[in-house]
Amino acid sequence: MLDKLLHLDRRIIFILMALAVAVPVAGGWRFDAGSNPRTTDVYNYINDLPKGSAVMLVFDYGPASMPELQPMALAISRHVLQRDLRLLALTVYPDAPLLIDQALQQASEGLNKQDGVDYVNLGFKPGLVNVILGMGSDIGGVFRTDFKERRFRDLEIARGLRNYDNIGLVIDLASSSTPGAWILYGYQRYHVKVAAGVTAVMAQDYYPYLQTGQLIGLLNGMKGAAEYEKLIGAPGKATSAMGPQSCAHFLIIVLVVFGNVVYFISRRRARRA
Amino acid sequence: MKIRIPLILTFVTALVMIVVFFTPHRLGDYVQTKLNDWVMVIGGLGLVLGLVSLLQRHLRKIAHRQQDWGYSVVAVVGFAVMSIVGVGWGIQEGTVFNWIFMNAYLPLDATMFSILAFFVASAAFRTFRARSVEAALLLGAALVVMFGRVPWGQLLFKPSPLVAEWVMSSPALGAKRAILLGVSLGGIAMSLRIILGIERSHLGGESE
Repeated sequence: MLDKLLHLDRRIIFILMALAVAVPVAGGWRFDAGSNPRTTDVYNYINDLPKGSAVMLVFDYGPASMPELQPMALAISRHVLQRDLRLLALTVYPDAPLLIDQALQQASEGLNKQDGVDYVNLGFKPGLVNVILGMGSDIGGVFRTDFKERRFRDLEIARGLRNYDNIGLVIDLASSSTPGAWILYGYQRYHVKVAAGVTAVMAQDYYPYLQTGQLIGLLNGMKGAAEYEKLIGAPGKATSAMGPQSCAHFLIIVLVVFGNVVYFISRRRARRA
Repeated sequence: MKIRIPLILTFVTALVMIVVFFTPHRLGDYVQTKLNDWVMVIGGLGLVLGLVSLLQRHLRKIAHRQQDWGYSVVAVVGFAVMSIVGVGWGIQEGTVFNWIFMNAYLPLDATMFSILAFFVASAAFRTFRARSVEAALLLGAALVVMFGRVPWGQLLFKPSPLVAEWVMSSPALGAKRAILLGVSLGGIAMSLRIILGIERSHLGGESE
């Protein structure tokens, strides 16, 4: 019996996981996202930017990480636009420009904001470090046109924007190590303020930069996105996802504890025998 | 000569980039902008090269009827369809490319990633065992962080987010910083080896 439990059929675990995700979704279970000082720091920093300031939102992820990072992009974009700040979205991921389009479209809904005036999708450019360094001299030199092939310098949003001196904050939403490059080259070389939003599994990598002040704040995974949605008073996909995520985490905790209890009982029995 | 020219190019380019990086001068900015343009052009060409190489590999697999060649057919057809509709009609909103991206590629890629949840649950049950003191510590820390990172944790034990935050920002941070310093020093050492031509494996040769 113990041996059976110790080597539980993986299909049972898969079914349990499917239920842990499906039941809260079907039942519409809602959980309060709570708060985190790292998330609040980003929110407060954007809130304190003077009207008309420019925020650069970098979409460094593809569709695989979209469920975790796109809600962050939506919530931050909406907050930036609500605050009458200018939003420049860009990416070094070839499959992200369409995700930017989707996020900007949804975030600007009902806000009376115009593409090219209040926000712009600059699209994709290859070469992370060179893009960051290049924009330190001239943003329009790196992104000569936006995603819709309009000349960047001709857009109204580009008025008075030359380099990082005119950017209030850079937020890198990333599923890889790109925030490190933004800190190293954007912050250290050009002193532009940097914040990051990353998948939960990567968050620990950026805690050293928070402590040193090289990052002004950090959104940590789906929960970070839900916390931001709560701060702007617009619960969205991340808030809805707190139910299935909570249950999935809870199931994993139960499985690990159960596995260890069975393991110790079987080990004790083996010793006695 | 085949090795020497790339080595000289690497050395000179690295030297210029280092000098430019630490020189806040207009001339430095100009050189950096030009070099950045070159890198972006080379990066773009690299993408094309990667695509051609991918296509060649899959076509070869189909031609020789190698194992799982059916998947290669899907890859090649997908490649051809996306290239034709993308180059022919653009990738903006309302185009066929955009529709396929949003309704096929995007959900498929997200689904692939979400399957991880099932494997993680199964792997955690099978392998996450407190077999030693170190493993027990790791297990305890992981459970505390996992518990504190979801709303349920807060409902069952109110200070759980604070405890999780403390684990992340104190003991884990110390360990992470040590790793970071080690990795950075290693990175600097490796960069110096490449700049000075000691490390040549990226040129197809061996280290000196």
